[in-house]
Amino acid sequence: MFDWLANPNRFNRITEKIQPCILFITIITLISGLYFGLFDSPKDYQQGDAVRIMYVHVPSAWLASFLYFSLAISCVFYLVWKHPLADLVSSSIAPIGALFSVLTLVTGSLWGKPMWGTWWVWDARLTSMLVLFFFYLGYILLSNAFERKIDGSKTASVLAIVGLINLPIVKFSVDWWHTLHQPASIIKIGGPSIDDKMLLPLILMIFALSFFSLYMIILNVKTKLIEKKCEALLLKSNLEEISKTG
Amino acid sequence: MNAKYRRLFITIIIILTLGLATKLILMALEDNIVYFYTPNDLIEKFGDSKNIQNKIRIGGLVLESSIKKEGKKTIFMITDRKEEVKVVFKGPLPDLFREGQGIVAEGMFQNNNFIASEVLAKHDENYMPPEVADALKKNNVWKGDSD
Repeated sequence: MFDWLANPNRFNRITEKIQPCILFITIITLISGLYFGLFDSPKDYQQGDAVRIMYVHVPSAWLASFLYFSLAISCVFYLVWKHPLADLVSSSIAPIGALFSVLTLVTGSLWGKPMWGTWWVWDARLTSMLVLFFFYLGYILLSNAFERKIDGSKTASVLAIVGLINLPIVKFSVDWWHTLHQPASIIKIGGPSIDDKMLLPLILMIFALSFFSLYMIILNVKTKLIEKKCEALLLKSNLEEISKTG
Repeated sequence: MNAKYRRLFITIIIILTLGLATKLILMALEDNIVYFYTPNDLIEKFGDSKNIQNKIRIGGLVLESSIKKEGKKTIFMITDRKEEVKVVFKGPLPDLFREGQGIVAEGMFQNNNFIASEVLAKHDENYMPPEVADALKKNNVWKGDSD
């Protein structure tokens, strides 16, 4: 199945058709999610209006983790099956995942100041999230650090797979150790401990950011495919010139 | 076994080994990773507060009707419903600070009193509108501010 999808022409044909749908879903869920989140949802009994930061913070954190998982799996495909498109997908995911981890850290900090009384603490959840961001940065830097592109891709893929270890730490840090960050509210034993009226915008925003990421990743992959094509054409014309003059 | 499966096998082995190594490291570093101790942890770990010389953090709930103001000082008890620690703090308290609220205090022990240099509020994982919270309290199904 992966071989079937990994054909660039087929990839372009299929994404051409689904891209408008993805964009449409992104816009609808984003607008409704923001509307419910900012205007039509209740205040929290403890936190008042500050709870609305959650509607950006939590989806960003989920996306940062989920995108990292996808990135690492794609790196496994690249290293094991050596498929060049898998590398394009990983390097397309990386900047978007990095963006969401920054958003998580920044919104978390903005939320922490009024509620906890501090911008930042070195507790297990916050620190492991920062480490996740560094893994994204490491992947991006390493994949561009070599003269030959393929060396960079391989080394960076190994790093990305090593970073998988950090994901369960991010998720379970709040259960394994005492942290300032509160434990999970949605995916936990006994069902969500969040009011339905607050769960709705949260889920809408998770959809919005997921589809936004998917859209951006497809755009990134397409751009990289075109770049590759240009490089190939340039190489070809150079070779022809050499053979003519030589 | 062809090359593809050998590479897959190696990748899986590497992930498992690294996972195990990380788990061992985290277990060894547990004392450094834990952000705070509860009063009961302190008793279990150190026995008596006289044995604690360093700066530490204590987390728990603010014991009901234990908050006293003495000038700029706020004195209150942190409890985990097993043990209690008396905390003295001079400085601005976070907005969420109140009876029954989860908090984390950082500071040092002086003659069985914990002199806090910083007090942070810890909110729980329950999110609900104020009306729902009131209704729950009224009907006595309130689970309280758990830690």
